[in-house]
Amino acid sequence: MTDVAILGELAYWQQTGIRVGAGLAAVLLVAGTLVYLHLFKLVSFMQSRLGPMEAGPFGSLQLLAEVGKFLQKEDIFPRKADRFVFAAAPFVVLMSTFLLVVVVPGGPDAWFIDSELGIYLAMAVSSVSVIGILMAGWGSASKYSLLGGLRATGQLIAYELPLILAVIGVVIQAETMNMQGIVRAQAEGEIFGWDGLGNPYILTQFVAFVIFMIAMQAELTQTPFDMPIAESELVTGYMTEYSGMRFLLFFIGEFATAGVFSAIASVLFLGGWWAPIPGLDFDDNVWNLLGPVVMLTKVVILTFLIFWFRFTFPRFREDQLQALAWKFLIPLSLANIVVTAVLKIVF
Amino acid sequence: MGLVPGLIKGLGVTGGTMLRTIFPDPKIPIPNPVKGAETVQYPHEKEAPPTRARGVIALHEENCTACMLCARECPDWCIYIEGHKEKAPPRRAGGKPRQVNALDRFDIDFALCMYCGICVEVCPFEALFWSPEYEFSEPRIADLLHDKSRLAEWMETVPDFEPYEAGSEAKVKKVPAT
Repeated sequence: MTDVAILGELAYWQQTGIRVGAGLAAVLLVAGTLVYLHLFKLVSFMQSRLGPMEAGPFGSLQLLAEVGKFLQKEDIFPRKADRFVFAAAPFVVLMSTFLLVVVVPGGPDAWFIDSELGIYLAMAVSSVSVIGILMAGWGSASKYSLLGGLRATGQLIAYELPLILAVIGVVIQAETMNMQGIVRAQAEGEIFGWDGLGNPYILTQFVAFVIFMIAMQAELTQTPFDMPIAESELVTGYMTEYSGMRFLLFFIGEFATAGVFSAIASVLFLGGWWAPIPGLDFDDNVWNLLGPVVMLTKVVILTFLIFWFRFTFPRFREDQLQALAWKFLIPLSLANIVVTAVLKIVF
Repeated sequence: MGLVPGLIKGLGVTGGTMLRTIFPDPKIPIPNPVKGAETVQYPHEKEAPPTRARGVIALHEENCTACMLCARECPDWCIYIEGHKEKAPPRRAGGKPRQVNALDRFDIDFALCMYCGICVEVCPFEALFWSPEYEFSEPRIADLLHDKSRLAEWMETVPDFEPYEAGSEAKVKKVPAT
């Protein structure tokens, strides 16, 4: 990803190989980091526990042990399951994650695709996971899975709207849907004539940021919004009948999507891979190396918020969950668009 | 409390616990969760068991009269007692020899035992005691059947009687010196 200078001289299949490798690293390494750092450790500290301590120093190899355990398990199909749909569902869910990471830039030249429709593409492919979840719920031939799948579909569709409407405010302000363009607009912006920090849109678009984080939490079905996998009534919802490798794919999908969505949020609201370091131009080649690190820092901060909410708040009831989206978040994000558009013309 | 202050207070509880766990001493900015967390890393370090902890049941054989009360009261029938009658020398010179019950077998199957302590409660002769020892797991389940010599070994670990807290029923057990 960083040696873009030689990328132009490589054959197409070689470029593709590098991109696939970088994409896998960006999704899996980030997901592993998040699971260890947040799910294993910080959450344990919130409950005054230590978390895993035995596998590796401070339990850092625990994740390998867990993955090894999942890989050993039998891949069970329920007898009445729709075999093809059941088998394909986790891959559809994971596919939407890998498609999402494609639009996220990691530096001035370190990108997978530099599309003019960057954020639009991201919002579009993020909806693919709904199909995967519905496939899992239908294909399992289990009442818990079906209910979980339907709940998940209702929830994801409801929260997709505020997610996209929150993004529109940023797009209006940045005047582009290109992810690099949004980063550049924040890096070159200024706060009332002072350009020391650039202009991260969390300041001007704070309402959109809050809406985006809430909708993201719901899209990820993390705890205040985990009605689809409510374990006390639906076992684990659409994942009930899965075991072994396929369950692991759902699990990776959940945390990788948390990482990728946080990456998109950090591009939209926190300035992406750019950080206010004096003496470094926006197009400096150092950013290709430094950018992914800055990005990872911001992703860790944003995912920490997600997991903090996850382990603090109890679950919404289904009607409260829908009411929050339709009666509060969507009108608020529409108002945000109007205010942003008016202010854009005034200033 | 309003909705938003309540949400923030909730975040404060979890976040505050996290900070206290990571930085047990607020003056030293070095993360030390091993000290801050409540967790006791069991095989490496051990907690002192609380007073009157119920770990394993010990038998003081000399006090047992094989009266079978414990075996009959045991909810899951995990106590096995066999005994026979014996003549014991008279208490006073010239008296009639006494008849006592001698214990042939006193086994507790700790694979069945649910540690309810009814046998300890019901024993009228103070032959059964709670010991705080808890590390007696076995690779073979049959080895969890402790015979009377094994139960007598636990007797050495029985602590002296701790006075009850104020207001509790005043039943005092005399632990025999070993």
